[in-house]
Amino acid sequence: MLSRTAENLYWLARYMERAEKTARLLEVGSRISLMPGGADGYRNEWDALLLAAGTAEGFDRKYGDAVQRNIESYLFFDTDNPSSIASCIGRARENGRIVRTALTTQVWDALNTAFQELKELQRTPRSELPLSQLVDWTLRHTAQLRGAIDATQLRNDNYDFLHLGYSIERGDNTARLLDVKYFVLLPRIDFVGSGLDNYQWTTLLRALSAHRAFHWAYGGDVTAHKIAHFLILNPQCPRSLRSCTQGMSDHLDRLARGYQRTTSVQSKARALLGELVEMTVEDVFEEGLHEFLTRYIGEVATVGGLVAETYLSGDMR
Amino acid sequence: MTDSFNEMFEGERIRPPYTRLGDWTESMPQELKRLKQAEAEALFRRIGITFAVYGEGGDPDRLIPFDMFPRVFTQGEWRRLERGIVQRARALNAFLADVYDRGEIVKAGRIPGHLVWRNEAYEPAVAGIRPPRGVYSHIVGIDIVRTGPEDFFVLEDNCRTPSGVSYMLENREIMMRLFPGLFRENRIEPVDGYSESLRRMLASVAPAKCSGEPTIVILTPGPLNSAYYEHSFLADLMGVELVEGQDLFVEGEYVWMRTTQGPKKVDVIYRRIDDAFIDPLCFRPDSMLGVAGLMDVYRSGGVTLASAPGAGVADDKAVYVFVPEMIRFYLGEEPILQNVPTWQCGKRDDLRYVLEHLPELVVKEVHGSGGYGMLVGPKATAEQVAAFRERLVAHPANYIAQPTLALSTCPTFVDEGVAPRHVDLRPYCLVGERIELVPGGLTRVALTEGSLVVNSSQGGGVKDTWVLAE
Amino acid sequence: MILTVFHATTYRYDPPVRGVVQSHRLTPARSRGQRVLDWDVAVSDGVAGGGFRDGAGDWVQSHSAHGPLSAITVTVRGRVETTDLAGVLRGHRERIPPEAFLRETPPTRADVALTDLGRDALAGASDALDRAHRLAGAVHAAIAFQPGATHAHTTAAEALGLGEGVCQDHAHALIAAARSQGIPARYVSGYLAMGLADGQSQSQVQGVMIGAEPQQVQGVATDYEAAHAWAELWVDGLGWVGFDAANACCPDARYLRLGSGLDSRGAAPIRGIARGAGAESLDVAVAVEIAQQ
Repeated sequence: MLSRTAENLYWLARYMERAEKTARLLEVGSRISLMPGGADGYRNEWDALLLAAGTAEGFDRKYGDAVQRNIESYLFFDTDNPSSIASCIGRARENGRIVRTALTTQVWDALNTAFQELKELQRTPRSELPLSQLVDWTLRHTAQLRGAIDATQLRNDNYDFLHLGYSIERGDNTARLLDVKYFVLLPRIDFVGSGLDNYQWTTLLRALSAHRAFHWAYGGDVTAHKIAHFLILNPQCPRSLRSCTQGMSDHLDRLARGYQRTTSVQSKARALLGELVEMTVEDVFEEGLHEFLTRYIGEVATVGGLVAETYLSGDMR
Repeated sequence: MTDSFNEMFEGERIRPPYTRLGDWTESMPQELKRLKQAEAEALFRRIGITFAVYGEGGDPDRLIPFDMFPRVFTQGEWRRLERGIVQRARALNAFLADVYDRGEIVKAGRIPGHLVWRNEAYEPAVAGIRPPRGVYSHIVGIDIVRTGPEDFFVLEDNCRTPSGVSYMLENREIMMRLFPGLFRENRIEPVDGYSESLRRMLASVAPAKCSGEPTIVILTPGPLNSAYYEHSFLADLMGVELVEGQDLFVEGEYVWMRTTQGPKKVDVIYRRIDDAFIDPLCFRPDSMLGVAGLMDVYRSGGVTLASAPGAGVADDKAVYVFVPEMIRFYLGEEPILQNVPTWQCGKRDDLRYVLEHLPELVVKEVHGSGGYGMLVGPKATAEQVAAFRERLVAHPANYIAQPTLALSTCPTFVDEGVAPRHVDLRPYCLVGERIELVPGGLTRVALTEGSLVVNSSQGGGVKDTWVLAE
Repeated sequence: MILTVFHATTYRYDPPVRGVVQSHRLTPARSRGQRVLDWDVAVSDGVAGGGFRDGAGDWVQSHSAHGPLSAITVTVRGRVETTDLAGVLRGHRERIPPEAFLRETPPTRADVALTDLGRDALAGASDALDRAHRLAGAVHAAIAFQPGATHAHTTAAEALGLGEGVCQDHAHALIAAARSQGIPARYVSGYLAMGLADGQSQSQVQGVMIGAEPQQVQGVATDYEAAHAWAELWVDGLGWVGFDAANACCPDARYLRLGSGLDSRGAAPIRGIARGAGAESLDVAVAVEIAQQ
């Protein structure tokens, strides 16, 4: 397959997953802002969201004041913000359009419909679009696209590059969401275990659509340990770092088998997976959650870089 | 234009190829017609959306209008056209092989040297190079108009990268979906072999150095190009990669494509990029679309380019006048298809005639294309004619003039029912190991009553083109 | 006369580039005026691509190297036996007819001044050869040899306006003036042996290396000796005849012809494009000596 085709498929998936992350961040923000303000109040939480979205600087330049409405516009509609839902869907669709013939009609329809509806939303007065509706709309379309991919795409290298994009982006996103919660939302150690803390953890689970799943799996009180286990190490949780890393490793293995050529990126992903399989929650907290997450984000970036070098540049000899 | 040849009706009588279509339209209720037209549009829109060339820039809903009334040729009519087109494609390629070699036709005084050597489309970088099988123009699109039962004229030749063949294929596809019955009643020659013929032709011109099954690609300027849909459509039908310049690179004696399994050698490039942009090392250094070093690989026989750079010198409007002469010179035959009578304004007598008859003539710029530097006398205002006269007098050699032809008409669905509208025809001739063309082509129709302009940007539409089996 | 040539060109990239593609016109074609005794072109990295004789009779050799690449050196060494034919190119096999060398290119576009210069020079000329000599003389008189006044992308019109330039500018101006008068003309790149020359053969780098970014056409101008350029004009009855307007003479046995083109870019001994964002710098060393008279 052309390297550029693989690159377009990979980024199509990454952008759609990124759109989903931004929607989930908005969800977290709106829920947290509904509760009585913490020590630094409302402003602090939205700032944290912008930090998690990696776009605080761009926002400050453009809007200055972190008013909820501005943040919503910035994270959903603003095409100056490369991580906004509008930007991500636009770019995903552009990537898809270029490789239209590598996609099934259903996949293209799902992608194109999201794009066309987005243009409708952009024409609708903002007062008619409550945040919850925008979030739901995004999650519905990203789910539709994933469903179409799984139901109709051939299980060939196209499929693997799409899923490689999803796994890498999702692993990165879960790690960042978790990090925001622990490091940014709750910087002061005396909040740990407080009612505020638990409320924020629960909100995070809700944002990941994993609130009920968590209770089924663990029962009892929500604790930082349980949540860390669930979102980092539990192979049953579809967004856990373990699951995402498993996805990277599986799809890299499939590619290596199909191309009859082992690669260094394959070993890298396997090593990362091996580490997560062996690890306990205690290990994570011993290293420090933030330190661990920062390291994981770095490792995933390395895998991404190796994928580009190995498959997307076309320079592999 | 009242005396235009009507391809369906001879007075009250229906001409033979259209016999069954007479019953078809008469028996079709107006309601059903509207329904089918809507269905056709929905199908096109779906394909259009599927391939979505219209998304960027212009109106996303812009489709080239499709008229459901087919344009029909008998087997006999087609055979003659086919022979004429093949003859012309052979002569054009012989001309290219000659002017990039010894230039015998110029030495023999059959065409003035300055029309060739000073022509911007003449590419010195190709001189002295013999491409595989001596083919320079691999896909020749010949625009043909009809003025009577036996009278066909060639309006122009397209030797570079003629577009529109995807419409030929899709018009047929849609007609077969809408009216399967028609295809049972009329025995119509299929056109869907085109993509396979194209692939076979491209494979047949692989470089001598290529052993085994050649790797073919289509090189596109990218998704912003207006014909991107066609590029991607043809690549998909042939099962070959659609590449951009950035996907290819030169190393050693060959061109390589970047793939997920490492570099893969490319043998034949069907390029849909203009000459000036294909290699920044050889031509325009600012080209982002091309492949650096491609021309050196081509010239040393490592890859085939279809068409060859410089093929455009054969389809220049000033050179067009001499195509019948090429046929006589290279093939020793008389032209089967005639040129439209043409005055070369660079000649003093011709210029005098043209200036005297300006309001009746069509005047075209020789190096231009797309109808920009053009005067359609009968449709122009006195001021336009006067303004054009000045340009013509200043640079007469830049212009040719032709009579305004009474293009034939074909029945076309219009709001009031069915009415005659003017049409032309572009068949696509493939030149490789063999010379062949599928029985059919792209019929363009001027949808405005009385209009002779079939160009899609100026209110033109397209029709399915039928060749009846014997 | 036997000339020895040493010509080393080094392109450096910082940061290193992904790859380099070059097209070399570095091998003298055989003609009555020159015969190669031995000749070698060596490149420090990468692989040779295909080679071919182009329509103007010059040997073109492609070369490519993949990165990361921080420098690449092209070294030419050779010995050639030359004969003085008073500039007339004899026994050179080529396909492109002279008429094809009437077209303008951006650096050889004739403005009013160049056209006037061409027309005035021809007044009173006796025959085709005289016409060519008069044109070359007029260009020599109009443009003083002055290194550093112009750069690699100076056009003929600009050089004439300045009244100063180097051999590339003289050649471009002569070509533009000749073509404006309907005389086919082309650019020739090659070498000029020092020692016997009158000291006016310094010139700009002829190898134009084109940067990876299309807007950044980089031709690093460095003055150096021995690499030279002149023009050939078509003279009915004689064929192509060389004119070195910079030195007000026709090429003799001190001149070695490498290749021709419509202008300096078309005739460049080395053309190349690097892939990558690395800034490029260029070092050139040329020595052409008379080994034997």
